[in-house]
Amino acid sequence: MTMSAPPVSGTTITITEAHQLLYREAFLLDRHRFDDWLALFTPDATYWIPLEENQADPLETSSIVYDNRELLGLRVKQYREARAHARLPLARTVHQVSNVLCQEAKGAPNEATVASALIVIEYRQGRQRTFGALVEHRLRRTHLGLQIAAKRIGLVNSESELDGIAFLL
Amino acid sequence: MQMVPQESLAMLVQQDRVHRNVYVDPGIFEMEMDRLFGRAWLLLGHVSQIRNAGDYFTTRMGREPVLVTRHTDGSTYAFVNRCTHRGSLLCHQAKGSAKSFSCPYHGWTFDTDGSLQWVPTRSGYEPGAAAKIRELGLRPVARTDQYRGFIFASLAATGPSLLEFLGHMASSFDDLVDRAPEGELEITGGVFKHAYNGNWKLVLENHLDGIHPNYVHASSVNVARGAPDPGSPERESDIAIRQMRQNGAPEKVWESIGIWTTAHGHGYMGDYHNDSRLVVGLDNPVFQDYRARLVAKHGEERTREILGVTRWNSIVYPNVSFMSQFRQLRIVHPLAVDRTVVYTYSFKLKGAPEQMFRDTIAFANVVNGTASWVLTDDLEVYERIQRGLGATGADWVDLSRGFGNDVADTHDTRRGGTGTSEIFVRNQFAAWLAYLTAE
Ligand code: FES
Ligand SMILES: [Fe+2]
Repeated sequence: MTMSAPPVSGTTITITEAHQLLYREAFLLDRHRFDDWLALFTPDATYWIPLEENQADPLETSSIVYDNRELLGLRVKQYREARAHARLPLARTVHQVSNVLCQEAKGAPNEATVASALIVIEYRQGRQRTFGALVEHRLRRTHLGLQIAAKRIGLVNSESELDGIAFLL
Repeated sequence: MQMVPQESLAMLVQQDRVHRNVYVDPGIFEMEMDRLFGRAWLLLGHVSQIRNAGDYFTTRMGREPVLVTRHTDGSTYAFVNRCTHRGSLLCHQAKGSAKSFSCPYHGWTFDTDGSLQWVPTRSGYEPGAAAKIRELGLRPVARTDQYRGFIFASLAATGPSLLEFLGHMASSFDDLVDRAPEGELEITGGVFKHAYNGNWKLVLENHLDGIHPNYVHASSVNVARGAPDPGSPERESDIAIRQMRQNGAPEKVWESIGIWTTAHGHGYMGDYHNDSRLVVGLDNPVFQDYRARLVAKHGEERTREILGVTRWNSIVYPNVSFMSQFRQLRIVHPLAVDRTVVYTYSFKLKGAPEQMFRDTIAFANVVNGTASWVLTDDLEVYERIQRGLGATGADWVDLSRGFGNDVADTHDTRRGGTGTSEIFVRNQFAAWLAYLTAE
């Protein structure tokens, strides 16, 4: 799973492929297929939910989440722990992805930057919450196929008073 | 909503147990806002948030919205953040810089020292407009004072001075400030604001609790144990993994730490870590660089003294919990009897290596992050406690662990017989009862 896949160069990532990957990611999260979801990420991937709207650096300002692939893996593992109080039961979610725009990444022909809008409905223990985010994926074509090299989730209410978030956006 | 007579308060708060009503009764919550948050010194923030003339930030003191400013003459002011005309919230920003504050409703404009500068169509108040305008400046919070850059205020005109209130707890602030090679702190790096559906006291009863980590945090302890060992070379994930693992320290470690309490409900956890379990490893190059800078400034002996203070959380009752080793500060804001929000700040030590602050932030993300492996379980448990305490079939909350074994210690402190004593909760409630029953 952590095997490093060399990039494949020179093949443009199409909007259809980007759509497919983002939909598949949402599908896997909502079906709780977290190992398959993790496998979408490259070994050097980052998963970032900034705390502030225009935050440029994940470690000069606090981040709601700033994980490398290893830490992301620990999140998924925590779901299976017997005493994962905030995750038992695990929230049920709907990830709704839309407004997808795909742009070739400058200087990296095997990569693309994909902007999208994300609405997540979260239900757990009698309470339903809604989250909205402007998301940016960096996709990379590798020998394993199209993968996620970075995901930045700009929650619209990241700066507000927030109850705990114990699920993946 | 009904106020509770004073005799009954004493019945609710006994030496080694308290009645569940102190967590769930909205009438008692209102009394807490009047008598405890309305009297005690509350931490508002730090001078680095208002460095220059015109800088301001807003906060809360119990139910009161508060505006803190730096005036052109350099002095610090704290006001009730409400227009003196017809009551609009005056400043709705969290922070910023302004020459004056203009009310959105009819444009009354106040200077940074609170004086009313301007009202529209002044003729409407003639004769006597000048006197009227003098009268209607912003209402200042009764008392403000500072300790080593920390800005405190009290809504009560009388009561102990800030230094009397802090007592030996002042030394926890010393510990934090002294760690900066240039002797100064800066609040920066954003504010986590984590909220939960539970009473405000629950978080203060948690931060010195050495029993809960092995239970509340069992899931993050386990996943961190399964991760590769932190160490040389230091990896980006190591701070998170160290901290998650540390919560799983064996019982005898928790028993051997120190829990000290002081008058007014304060307390701290000490003798907690003196090795590389928590700080980036002591042999880490960043730490070595930092240490060298302290030595250059203060010499070897003083440096050893500064770094030799091994306090973990310090609680200044009723609204602050902070920790010097990772430079975290939490301000507790009660919103309702069953709703609380905790604002979490990080400090940069002036003169310390840049990387050290990035490590501070990495730590903050794990321990105070709204989506962290660790904090989310605390928040979940606070909510379960609140739900449990709503049950009417059982009334008492037991606080008897270590009761009778407390010992008097230096600096007018009392120390729990063991590191897991509930002495600090009993001490918080002793202060609580004193505030709520005082005339
Ligand atoms: S309420 Fe502020 S100017 Fe009228
Ligand atoms: Fe905890």
